[in-house]
Amino acid sequence: MASANPLALREQFDTAAQQKDASVLAMWIFLVTEIMFFGGLFLAYTAYRSFYPEVFGAASRTLSATIGAVNTAVLLTSSYTMVLAVRAAQKGSRKALIWFLILTMIFGTVFLGVKAYEWHEKFVEHHVPGPSFHLEGEPLQGQAQLFFSLYFAMTGLHALHMVVGMGIMTVMTWRAWLGRFNADYYTPIDVAGLYWHFVDVIWIFLFPLLYLIDRHVPK
Amino acid sequence: MITAALEEREHYLNASYGLKSWLLTKDHKRIALLYLGTITLFFALGGLFATMIRIELLTPQPDLVSSETYNKLFTMHGVIMVFLFLVPSIPATLGNFFLPIMIGAKDLAFPKLNLLSWYLLVAGGLCTLGAMFAGGVDTGWTFYTPYSSTYSNTYVIATALGIFIAGFSSILTGLNFIVTVHRMRAPGMTWFRLPLFVWSNYATSLIMVLGTPVLAVTILLVGCERLFHIGIFDPALGGDPVLFQHMFWFYSHPAVYIMVLPGMGVVSELVATFSRKRVFGYGFVAFSSVAIAVLGFLVWGHHLFVSGQSVYAGMVFSFLSYFVAVPSAIKVFNWTATLYKGSISYDTPMLYAFGFIGLFTMGGLTGLFLAALGIDVHVTDTYFVVAHFHYIMVGGTLMAYLGGMHYWWPKMTGRMYPEGWAKLSALVVFLGFNLTFFPQFVLGYLGMPRRYHVYPPEFQVLHVMSTAGASVLAVGYLMPLVYFLWSLRYGKLAPANPWGATGLEWQTSSPPPTHNFEEPPVVTHEAYDFAALLEEAQVG
Ligand SMILES: [Cu+2]
Repeated sequence: MASANPLALREQFDTAAQQKDASVLAMWIFLVTEIMFFGGLFLAYTAYRSFYPEVFGAASRTLSATIGAVNTAVLLTSSYTMVLAVRAAQKGSRKALIWFLILTMIFGTVFLGVKAYEWHEKFVEHHVPGPSFHLEGEPLQGQAQLFFSLYFAMTGLHALHMVVGMGIMTVMTWRAWLGRFNADYYTPIDVAGLYWHFVDVIWIFLFPLLYLIDRHVPK
Repeated sequence: MITAALEEREHYLNASYGLKSWLLTKDHKRIALLYLGTITLFFALGGLFATMIRIELLTPQPDLVSSETYNKLFTMHGVIMVFLFLVPSIPATLGNFFLPIMIGAKDLAFPKLNLLSWYLLVAGGLCTLGAMFAGGVDTGWTFYTPYSSTYSNTYVIATALGIFIAGFSSILTGLNFIVTVHRMRAPGMTWFRLPLFVWSNYATSLIMVLGTPVLAVTILLVGCERLFHIGIFDPALGGDPVLFQHMFWFYSHPAVYIMVLPGMGVVSELVATFSRKRVFGYGFVAFSSVAIAVLGFLVWGHHLFVSGQSVYAGMVFSFLSYFVAVPSAIKVFNWTATLYKGSISYDTPMLYAFGFIGLFTMGGLTGLFLAALGIDVHVTDTYFVVAHFHYIMVGGTLMAYLGGMHYWWPKMTGRMYPEGWAKLSALVVFLGFNLTFFPQFVLGYLGMPRRYHVYPPEFQVLHVMSTAGASVLAVGYLMPLVYFLWSLRYGKLAPANPWGATGLEWQTSSPPPTHNFEEPPVVTHEAYDFAALLEEAQVG
């Protein structure tokens, strides 16, 4: 096992460089599968928004663009601390690595907290698809529900990816604490960073698609 | 005596013993055998459902099962055969075993992930089988909404969950193969020295990685729709059931190539080895696999010609569906050209390869009928379609799978199978297959719809022929099962290279050692270079 020596090469590889290349390539391919996965949701969104632009606009205006923007900033900051964590790993400074990973997790938690607050608001306002759904002043209740179905599916899956990311960060922090990484071997941090940034990028698309449509139309 | 000699040498089978050494193995060869056992069971189960379907169809009236049960039978036959047998079939067994060896690697890039893929297939399979024993599912393997999302009262979610989980098995296998081909090739193994089996598995992996996630999210939405009534596919709320068809076929048409591309790879190996010639137009055959993978993503709309898709979309999809036939045809022509002036030997694997080429060609050409807008309207959802895709999947993929199994069996087990019986099985499978499915082309053209167990009496003769053929086919499939198992104990010991073939897998011993090669191979010549093989033999 790698526990004794973190530099230990797994037996199927010939060189450390080959092992690192393989891991990074694998993460990129995995991210491609993730794009295809979210792609299905983006397709459904595109289809229904083009079918029902007015209803989607009206439903979107019930979301708070301010809260969404603040949360976007929080998530982008977490990506920044993640970059600093990778940099710290590169330089082999264990303490900085641990602190930046923890900071990343803190920003991630704040994001999820704000998200939970927003979902709670939706429950209170009866904007959750189902029998008690009601969107004030909207004659086409079914189509408005479609918007919120997509809203919950997309932000829910995104949040799930955040939770998985937090799990990965926890493991990484633990392994960094145990001193498993150094300037020659920090591939897991690199790969975890790729994943974290990807989850960020998904949000960068979700935010305008869900929060910012039809804002220019005066009420 | 001889057995003792085999036991003396350490290889991947006797390197360690016990259940744990198999269930926790990281050796791609052992994982391939785990897959082999698993999918053989799934195939048997899927075959059992097919048998019941064929028996029911012997007479025009319902006699064996009710309509509801019949719906469940064809659904479970389709779900098991497509998602649990055909999709993993060649890549997860022969691909898993030979892809690393063929490129001169010690293992796949991620052995633990490989083992996880197998566990995911088992978990997905158990979930699906659980749904079946609980009462089954009746939506057809295509799960069309709104029937699957709103109306069906059967175990849709459990079955869909099983497919979802098995899908991740497929994604991880594809990811593992791609990274392995990119990063694990032996010194001198350039991209254009790769055996064509590796190229075709690489192209298959691209489809697995790009297509399967879309199926996953589609299934997820159907599940959410059933559980929470969120309206994504529900017309009552403004949702569009046809959107489901688009998303489903965006995966499921390319999935046809997941099923057949690896088979094409096997046939390329077989045709080269048993013609003792380099595959004619190697570059074209290699790139046609990638072309199929890419173009395969652009033709899904041919499943929606009668679903209210716009006529212009229909025309584009029709044209593209013709276009995707070109790379397939390139392969068939190149195989044929390879045979020309080759010194052909008619060993069992080659008989299966011939079977593949003939049946795949028929399946492909009838696919062109279906890609034509006008004819498709006439034969949509008839037995013509059923016959067409069975020619591709059973006549194509399964023939290639069996051909590959015979070809590589000596390498995998260190034992030869009985050649006489094997040749007979190839013949029986070929005859049984045609007797089963050719009448179905006629049935479909005459108007017999698929998924019905009651039909006008004038169709009975053709249905009886088909059922008779299925019985012959069953015998044809049982024979290899019996003599393969027999050969494990009584088969002649296999030499390292029984066929005089060129791939790296034939340069290591039979069965190979755990790390595949005694010393890391260095590749110095092209694939299928029989002249170099001959020279080496003379020098050696
Ligand atoms: Cu198709």
